[in-house]
Amino acid sequence: MKTGKGARAGQYLALLAYLVFLAFPFLWLLSTAFKPPRELGSLHPTWIPEDPTLANFRQAFDEQPLLDAAFNSLIAALGAAVIAVLIATPMAFVMARHRTRLAKAATGWVVVSQAFPFVLVIIPLFLVLKNLRLINSVPGLIMVYVVWALPFALWMLVGYVRAVPTELEEAAAVDGAGRVRTLVSITAPLLAPGIVATGLFAFISAWNEFFFALVLLKTPEKQTLPVVLTHFLGAEGVADLGPLAAAAFLATLPSLVVFAIIQKRITGGMLAGAVKS
Amino acid sequence: MPMRTRWIVALVVGLLLTGCVGCSGDDSASEDGRITLRFQSLAWQQESVDANKELVKEWNATHPGVKVEYVQGSWDSVHDQLLTSFEGGEAPDIIHDASDDLADFAYGGYLADLRDLLPERLKSDIPQRSWETATFGDGIYGVPFLQEPRVLIANATWLKESGVRVPTPEKPWSWGEFRQITDELSDGNGKYGVAWPLKEPVSATLNLSLSTGGQLFHRDANGKVRIRFGEADEVVPRTIHDQVNSDGSASSSTLGSGGSDTLPGFFGGKYAMVPLGFSYRQQIVQQAPKGFDWQVLPAPAGADGLTQGVSPQTLSVAEDSPHQKEAVAFIDFMLQPRNMVRLALGDWMLPTGTQALRDPALHTEENGWATGTALAAHLRSAPAQSVRGYPEWKDKVATPALQEYYSGAIGLGELRERLVEDGNLVLARYQR
Repeated sequence: MKTGKGARAGQYLALLAYLVFLAFPFLWLLSTAFKPPRELGSLHPTWIPEDPTLANFRQAFDEQPLLDAAFNSLIAALGAAVIAVLIATPMAFVMARHRTRLAKAATGWVVVSQAFPFVLVIIPLFLVLKNLRLINSVPGLIMVYVVWALPFALWMLVGYVRAVPTELEEAAAVDGAGRVRTLVSITAPLLAPGIVATGLFAFISAWNEFFFALVLLKTPEKQTLPVVLTHFLGAEGVADLGPLAAAAFLATLPSLVVFAIIQKRITGGMLAGAVKS
Repeated sequence: MPMRTRWIVALVVGLLLTGCVGCSGDDSASEDGRITLRFQSLAWQQESVDANKELVKEWNATHPGVKVEYVQGSWDSVHDQLLTSFEGGEAPDIIHDASDDLADFAYGGYLADLRDLLPERLKSDIPQRSWETATFGDGIYGVPFLQEPRVLIANATWLKESGVRVPTPEKPWSWGEFRQITDELSDGNGKYGVAWPLKEPVSATLNLSLSTGGQLFHRDANGKVRIRFGEADEVVPRTIHDQVNSDGSASSSTLGSGGSDTLPGFFGGKYAMVPLGFSYRQQIVQQAPKGFDWQVLPAPAGADGLTQGVSPQTLSVAEDSPHQKEAVAFIDFMLQPRNMVRLALGDWMLPTGTQALRDPALHTEENGWATGTALAAHLRSAPAQSVRGYPEWKDKVATPALQEYYSGAIGLGELRERLVEDGNLVLARYQR
């Protein structure tokens, strides 16, 4: 069916409006980060700062240990991503290739586990980690992030595994390869895009996570970026807006870059196996 | 070793390593026989953070046997974070919070009763009306140290040009006069006498209603609390309602706003006055356009004068802390009159201590300090902060009812019915 010029223009216009809607918070953050306090209090705010300044960035770095917090976030996010992928890959392989009742039950459990809100699990989790002496430790936080990211990572990877033709694995089996060897040498390389996408998804989730980090990390030198950002907030929602926007802008950049890299692969992973060829 | 076994061993070792790195992170309270206390501060403005850190440094320099570690908390998430820490037995020794957040922790047994721990100097320096803000049942569960009245921040030029009488703490406006003056200041064409930022309408309404004798919560002889909405409780909400809906002297668009959101309109000449917490002055100093002339006025007075409710910032000690005596000694050090002034200036608030309140730095006309300090004697415990069930009543009953009333969606009769009848049903569940 041929789309008319008017309809096409309308589609592009709608798309543009949607993009503006999505980009608005980020552009506002960007604009605010470079505005001096007096412009923040203006009745007629402008998109482009009239008197742009880096003072908010300087103040943010002076007031809070942003670099240390970014380092902690990086370790937590990288650790969570790597471990989640290491665990999820063989699990996904088993769930995709062995369609037993157990695999179905496991899939159901994965879906159900997504329904638990943070507040429901935080106190039991806190007590378990305390007994393991993992409170106030980045490895403890990594463990939580891995558990939290695993269901979705698994769901993504199962889709990728199903998209890999089983004939390749059968050929490897004919040549004498065991299941682990088949996974490592045949399936895993073909899964590389999916593994990268899944790892980056786990990375972004951990990088942005706030509540677990708030509750589980006690000392300032171990806190992650989202927790440190709240230090710019006062009682009753009052905020040190300029430095907060500057710090939040910097904290958002890694997620944006990572997401820009993986966005095609994430949608690919979700759709993988959805249609039988 | 077969390939499969190697994989499993590698995975198990990896997981064990992950766990064991954390095992080394022991955080015992003592090191080398020296006591270590963790002090969680919610200070967030740079001047305030600096003042807190300096005081911790001074303490550590002069008390070699008791080291205090400064831990940064956040107002935004303190309740959930503390609750989890208490449940897990990992709470900080010294806890910075606000008196209206303490009830659950005090009744839950998480905070130490300070009555027998507090030194006489501190007990007598802070007036009884302030101690009442942190008293739950028979115990005292926090030391109130900083407080802020709600004041009117006014466009001084606008007021001067209009020729209205400018109120002082000695001769404040009555609520009726306030309504009349905001009407005079409005032009009916986008310029309003006042902008009420009522995102959190309950605390503003209840605290200001103390000036007219409104109590709302009444404790009977059995100790049970009942809600009654009498004439004294009506004055403040009716004034606000009429300013918005009858006179058009208050902007309806700010009813859902926070205090900061009203500032651009205030600076831009849309509103002559904005009722705000005293500490908002810092934002005004930072953000006001050059040459903008503003001043601090007392909130209107009623039958009970300038009385209003406050929920001061507090310092508490965790019940689980093995070093409660040392923790209280640190609090006593933090709240020496000179130090209390430093903390107050850092947070742009008022100290509770009577000696600190005499400091000349708090009596200067600059930035309205003198007006605020003159109100200190009129500040009382916010109504209902010690009433069990108050948070649920506030969120589920009072906030929507007041928002609807102020926007004109319901009348005073329905407001009364919802606050009282629905409210008493909520409270009854907590008082069985």
